[in-house]
Amino acid sequence: MLEIKNLHASVEGEDEQILKGVNLTINKGEIHAIMGPNGSGKSTLAKVVSGHPEYEVTEGEILFEGEDVTELDADERAHLGMFLAFQYPIEVPGITNRTLLRESYNTIARENDREELDPLEFDDYLKERLEVIDMKDEFLERSINTGFSGGEKKKNEVFQMAVLNPKLAFMDETDSGLDIDALKIVSDGINKIAGPENAIVLITHYQRLLNYITPDYVHVMMNGKIVKSAGKELALELEDQGYEQLEKEFSVNGEAQ
Amino acid sequence: MSETQALESMIGEEYKYGFSTDVEYEDFPTGLNEDIIRELSARKEEPEWMLEFRLKAFRAWQEMEEPDWFNATYEKPDFENIQYYSAPKNKPKLDSLDDVDPKIKETYDKLGIPLEEQKQLAGVAVDAVFDSVSVFTSFKEKLAEAGVIFCSISEAIQNHPELVKKYMGSVVPARDNFYAALNSAVFSDGSFCYVPKDTVCPMELSTYFRINNMNSGQFERTLIIAEDNSHVSYLEGCTAPMYDEHQLHAAVVELVAMDDAEIKYSTIQNWYSGDEEGKGGIYNFVTKRGACRGKNSKISWTQLETGSAVTLKYPSVILQGDNSIGEFYSVAVTNKKQQADTGTKMIHIGKNTKSTIISKGISAGRSNNSYRGEVKINKGADGARNYSVCDSMLIGQECGAHTFPYIESKNPTASVEHEASTSRVGEEQIFYLMQRGISEQDAISMIINGFVKEVLKELPLEFATEANALLDVKLEGSVG
Ligand SMILES: Nc1ncnc2c1ncn2[C@@H]1O[C@H](COP(=O)(O)OP(=O)(O)OP(=O)(O)O)[C@@H](O)[C@H]1O
Ligand SMILES: [Mg+2]
Repeated sequence: MLEIKNLHASVEGEDEQILKGVNLTINKGEIHAIMGPNGSGKSTLAKVVSGHPEYEVTEGEILFEGEDVTELDADERAHLGMFLAFQYPIEVPGITNRTLLRESYNTIARENDREELDPLEFDDYLKERLEVIDMKDEFLERSINTGFSGGEKKKNEVFQMAVLNPKLAFMDETDSGLDIDALKIVSDGINKIAGPENAIVLITHYQRLLNYITPDYVHVMMNGKIVKSAGKELALELEDQGYEQLEKEFSVNGEAQ
Repeated sequence: MSETQALESMIGEEYKYGFSTDVEYEDFPTGLNEDIIRELSARKEEPEWMLEFRLKAFRAWQEMEEPDWFNATYEKPDFENIQYYSAPKNKPKLDSLDDVDPKIKETYDKLGIPLEEQKQLAGVAVDAVFDSVSVFTSFKEKLAEAGVIFCSISEAIQNHPELVKKYMGSVVPARDNFYAALNSAVFSDGSFCYVPKDTVCPMELSTYFRINNMNSGQFERTLIIAEDNSHVSYLEGCTAPMYDEHQLHAAVVELVAMDDAEIKYSTIQNWYSGDEEGKGGIYNFVTKRGACRGKNSKISWTQLETGSAVTLKYPSVILQGDNSIGEFYSVAVTNKKQQADTGTKMIHIGKNTKSTIISKGISAGRSNNSYRGEVKINKGADGARNYSVCDSMLIGQECGAHTFPYIESKNPTASVEHEASTSRVGEEQIFYLMQRGISEQDAISMIINGFVKEVLKELPLEFATEANALLDVKLEGSVG
């Protein structure tokens, strides 16, 4: 489904590379977890894959279902079925969640020659999707993320994902900021959404999340590269030992590879 | 193209009303002195009392200083270089559309102004002021049936002198301020509306102002009177061609609402705003004030201000009658090097008077957008209430937004509530919406519309689409 090859990226106009040769392959039906120290490039990877205009791909390519999407705009990638749950969801005052979702849902449907939903049909659909993560319908009428608590913002990201039903979702630290109950609810929701036809990439700092959602693969990112990939046991190892051992191995401070 | 650039190019859409029309004008000397005013009054065949009004205002003006307390810098107009009267040669006294100079009519067609039948069906009565002279007023008859007088102020001076004498200058006295005094001395034309007791004006009234002649100033004068238990909604639209020189527009609008009467006054202002470097464009220095004289009366100002090089404008309401209501809903958009210092004044005098102020400023380019509002509660205004919100939105890094709220309350039972916010349309917001599948242009449009919808919904329905189209032109255009 997604194939990232030797991806190098920097902030547009800057020389310094943030991503320094990422390779990652994700097949449908899989759940991946990406861990790694602060500043190692996890969010940047998610944003570059989603087409954030602030970054420039200087080398390598991103293939989605065989198509090179490296040069596509963010909305075009969304039409293909790519989704990003933001680490810091953005507030957009004046536009309600409902308006955004209807616009998004119907735009994506239109681009894929699927049928659009009229307001009433869409309302029914929203009600049903609210249940996936047990969200109150009053959130539909509120401006996007505006004045939401940290945890509510994260839940709202998962709700949007539940509505848009993407093929591939990057979920950037969706677990951070959730209370214990919310974490459970959100994890359950993600498990419900996950299926044989889609794929999910969880970016997280905590093994805790992986108790609820079992990843097929765990990757460790350091200094702009994926330095280690293994099964779910890797998360437990890291929880135990931290990144120190890996850091030594990969000499993150120097130029040695 | 980065989002910021895209935004800036959208918001910087070329001015599409910038054509000028080749019409022959009556000759009239430039300059300002008593002889000019006498000549102007004579051309308009005005009665003696009107000339006296003008001369008194002129004398007052001569003693006044041009104000400079606002947050804008510009080259002061050269009052000697302005033509104070500018009338198309082939105009006067028209009863039907067919009598309008075809060139002028073409202009209005280009502007998409609702002179033609489709809009007549929509029930809009239009008065069009081309340069200084009112070209025609449509729908006079239907209005007359209802007892509503809607005509140019020049006609009102001739045909309804007692009303003009009684009300003109009663809300904005000639000495009120520098530009009001100037207007009182040299006003050329404008609209007059009188709605008698117990009458709901059967249609939206509307005036389109256009400055065509390069050296002419436009000094229109509008007077609207709503008698007891009457209701009227009035809309003005403004455009001008593009010239390198600044042109002065100094209007005075006076509204009077008696017991239980309601006046809704809406403005869609899109005068030419000058080029990237601030060359040319209209100076829009306007005094607008309404008096809620009667109990339970209501005056509501709604404005969508997108044009002009410099705008200084504070539509105000004097809340004299008990339980009267004043409202101010404003969207002011500045771009390039435009400067706007706009807001309102609500003066609470009567008991249980209420005012609402909703101001939305959008600044882009290198423009400067200031909100200036004053809420004044007098001693006797028991139970007066005010609610103000002023929000600013910045697009890009080089523009400015400022708010200057003044609150003065002399009555302890009054309540005044003020909220303000400033936000920036960020690349992050646009990326967020695009990540959800929405195109860049729609994303920007959604953000801007979300920001202003609270105000635009106050515009008369018939004009909502025009307002949206204008915002689209100003704020969207092509994304490249
Ligand atoms: N727009 C930007 N401008 C400047 N530096 C940036 C930008 N985006 C990312 N960086 C830098 O790139 C590096 C990687 O950042 P990124 O946000 O991808 O880290 P992360 O792995 O997600 O960290 P965390 O676990 O703290 O969320 C950091 O050093 C960050 O400061
Ligand atoms: Mg991060």
